[in-house]
Amino acid sequence: MSDRELLEVCDRVLALVGDGAEAQVSVAEGVDGLTRFANSSIHQNVGERVRSVQLQVALEGRVASAATTRTDDEALASLASSAIRAASLRPVDPQWPGMAPLAPLAPAEHWDDATDAAGPDDRAAVVRAFVAAGEGLSAAGYCATRATRVGLATTAGQRFETRATSATLDGIQRTGTADGSGRQTALSLRHLDGAAAGRRAAAKARGASEAADLEPGTYEVILERGCVANILDFLATFGFNAKAHEQGTSFVHLGERQFDESVSIWDDATDERSIGFLHDAEGTPKRHLDLVRGGVTTGLAHDRRTAARAGTESTGHATSDAYVAGPFPQNLFFGAGTRPADALIASVNRGLLVTDFWYTRILDPKTQVVTGLTRNGVFLIENGEVGRAVRNLRFTQSYVAALRPGNVVGIGDDARLVGQHHVPTVHLAAWSFTGGAAG
Amino acid sequence: MFDVATAAVEGALAAGARYADARVMVTRTEGMAARNGVIESLRQDEAAGVGVRALLGASWGFFATPVLTPAAARAAGEEAAAVARASALVPGPAVDLGGAAPIEDRWTSTWREHPLDDVTLSEKGDLLVAATQAINDGGVGLADASYRVWDTEKWFVSSEGHRISQHVVECGAAMSATAIGDSETQRRSYPGIRGQYGTSGWELVRESDLLGNAPRIADEALALLRAPSCPAGTTDLILGSEQLALQIHESVGHAVELDRILGWEAAYAGTSWLDLAQLGSMRFGSPLMNITADATLPGALGSFGYDDEGTPARSVDIVREGVWVGVLSGRDSAAVAGLGDSGGMVRADGYNRLPMVRMTNVGLIPGESSLEEIVAATDDGILMDTNRSWSIDDKRLNFQFGCEIGWEIKNGRRVRMVRNPTYTGISPTFWGSMDMIGNESEWVFWGTPNCGKGQPTQIGHTGHPAVPARFRNVRVGVRG
Repeated sequence: MSDRELLEVCDRVLALVGDGAEAQVSVAEGVDGLTRFANSSIHQNVGERVRSVQLQVALEGRVASAATTRTDDEALASLASSAIRAASLRPVDPQWPGMAPLAPLAPAEHWDDATDAAGPDDRAAVVRAFVAAGEGLSAAGYCATRATRVGLATTAGQRFETRATSATLDGIQRTGTADGSGRQTALSLRHLDGAAAGRRAAAKARGASEAADLEPGTYEVILERGCVANILDFLATFGFNAKAHEQGTSFVHLGERQFDESVSIWDDATDERSIGFLHDAEGTPKRHLDLVRGGVTTGLAHDRRTAARAGTESTGHATSDAYVAGPFPQNLFFGAGTRPADALIASVNRGLLVTDFWYTRILDPKTQVVTGLTRNGVFLIENGEVGRAVRNLRFTQSYVAALRPGNVVGIGDDARLVGQHHVPTVHLAAWSFTGGAAG
Repeated sequence: MFDVATAAVEGALAAGARYADARVMVTRTEGMAARNGVIESLRQDEAAGVGVRALLGASWGFFATPVLTPAAARAAGEEAAAVARASALVPGPAVDLGGAAPIEDRWTSTWREHPLDDVTLSEKGDLLVAATQAINDGGVGLADASYRVWDTEKWFVSSEGHRISQHVVECGAAMSATAIGDSETQRRSYPGIRGQYGTSGWELVRESDLLGNAPRIADEALALLRAPSCPAGTTDLILGSEQLALQIHESVGHAVELDRILGWEAAYAGTSWLDLAQLGSMRFGSPLMNITADATLPGALGSFGYDDEGTPARSVDIVREGVWVGVLSGRDSAAVAGLGDSGGMVRADGYNRLPMVRMTNVGLIPGESSLEEIVAATDDGILMDTNRSWSIDDKRLNFQFGCEIGWEIKNGRRVRMVRNPTYTGISPTFWGSMDMIGNESEWVFWGTPNCGKGQPTQIGHTGHPAVPARFRNVRVGVRG
């Protein structure tokens, strides 16, 4: 479907709903491709023509949602009638905030025509370069492309068509005793450098291949970007979430210095370095949102419902499951520092360089205590030099406390996109490792 | 729909595939969530389409489309072949699927009350509202309840002659009470952390008796805020069946997935500490440990008639008297590993996803003791139940799990409730320390509706029959 046809489907559904209900319709269509490799060969290679029609209706505060992958007349009529029937059977939602009104999206789309046109041969070329860079190591990972067009219309007047592309390479090189990782995310497949990512992963793996045990305990750490992105995920989902805050499960105390003064965190899908869509699940335009400035917690992500309860405006952070999970930011920036990552390492007397976190799970959202493991390379730093590799360690650590005043020693100037977050390397004075490879 | 699936297979074969199969799937889902007496979310979704898998030489390709016409399906088959051709640019070893006798059949799961067709939205909503109000009435400020339903119809066709249709109905419900203190939260969930789910009708939700258990979990959540912390140290650990189901899922089920053992999941889900050379001889746990993967258990969430390669559901021994004897496999993984026939454990979570090795009902065979007998036989220990957090390394060896609630055991009696109970261990050491197992009266077929695996991520439905069990000398009370 063309962009115009996406809105035509929206209009057909709105007409089927009729004048007796509020409604929001969004239609998405595109092509996703993901080329997966293991043992240095492509073993799973998938493509999908994506299509969905999502409808939310409200009958005087009785709200229901429905979706379908079909766009024929019969399917759309069934979608509308079933949503209306479901809404009519629901109790009134006393906090229903209404549909999003007309508001323009930011003008810059995160879109690339070449990525839209990319096929399995293009992804295979990136994979081949990653594998070759291992020079005999065993490589595994994936290269994915996504191109999605969306049309959205509400009975309150919001109406737009938009589009987004993304490309991701995420892989490891394996020596048999250790793994190293390399990953890149961009809005264009042309920006992925399979050879560079493969070389980085191979160097990590070779460096970690003769790892030794290290006694668990509290260590000074250099956290590489993948770890920092993981920290932001937890702060965002359970903390900067207005619903979590209003129900008392968030760590956030607005206006308090909860972080080191060197820490600034904000969300901005409109930044040219970001990827993804410029609207949220309710059709509200996304905008810059400060969350932490100079260590002081300053903001929360709102959808229309939490904003109404708080007497403010939606910040454009509704998620597809927002009424249950609450709104949270998904295009975070961790303010970069001015020192190269190598300089951060050089300032460590004795500590650990951590490449990635793995299988992180929150023990309590209010304290932000998280347990997880290191992965893809941990190295002992002594007298400013990266030395011997150590075996993976388990940690149990409050993510908020990790960034507390005085615990952030330095922030790198090397911020890059990891997933959807833009993050630098971070140097922390203390991190609690609670177990080694032997338990 | 067989005509659509057949067109997809024909398209792939015409484009050069030496093997192809296709699944048409039409899935209806419904979910509702309530908080503090208010329905917060109601969704009814339908996903329909066809996915086709093509094998050219040694390379696989997959393509899916939501357009259910023979022409679109045939084009999807051609696309799948083109994707397979691209896979050959970074080729792997030869693929030998062996032979599979063609099967024509229809299979339907059983239910007494269809959760979409026989139970009104009003009744389902009233249950969630009443359950959360009952928790609120117990003095807890944050009460959640939800249910989910899946109604899936599949039509499978292969170039070897399979024509299989299936209709599978699954559902379940959950509720939780979250007490919020000054510095932390305490939660009690029922029936389990995510509820209880099965290949069943709404009768499963009725049998769960949410309303009858709401006051109890409210009381326990409040009591946990005042309870002392779980002591730190090494002690005997008794796990309730819900937590043991999670323990089985994470440290046994994933570890015995053959695709992980072969390295096919290395970059994401990880590998396994198990070495195929030791299959049949390696000690996984104590002699009391007997684990099966049984896709034929009535009502369990990992049950079906045929997997998504057309292999009939079956029961496979995984651990027998503590010795590792079996794996979870599909046609290609079993062939690569030299293990012969597929275990029939390959499934996809939608028409648009590639079938992959998934757990069926991986569970522990009961022993001889009741939970109270296990407690009575314990001089000094901790009883923990209901999972709260779970983390395990990429080889499924080093784990740390947290539970919602714990009780200190002294001289065979529960002496006090403890909060934030956690334990950690290494899989074979932990399972090797198991010395008492609950009996058949304690056996629950727990359902896990959220098992993530693969890229793109797929959410699998797995079952875990489990009983309480005791483990000796386990490290508990891990804190940061």
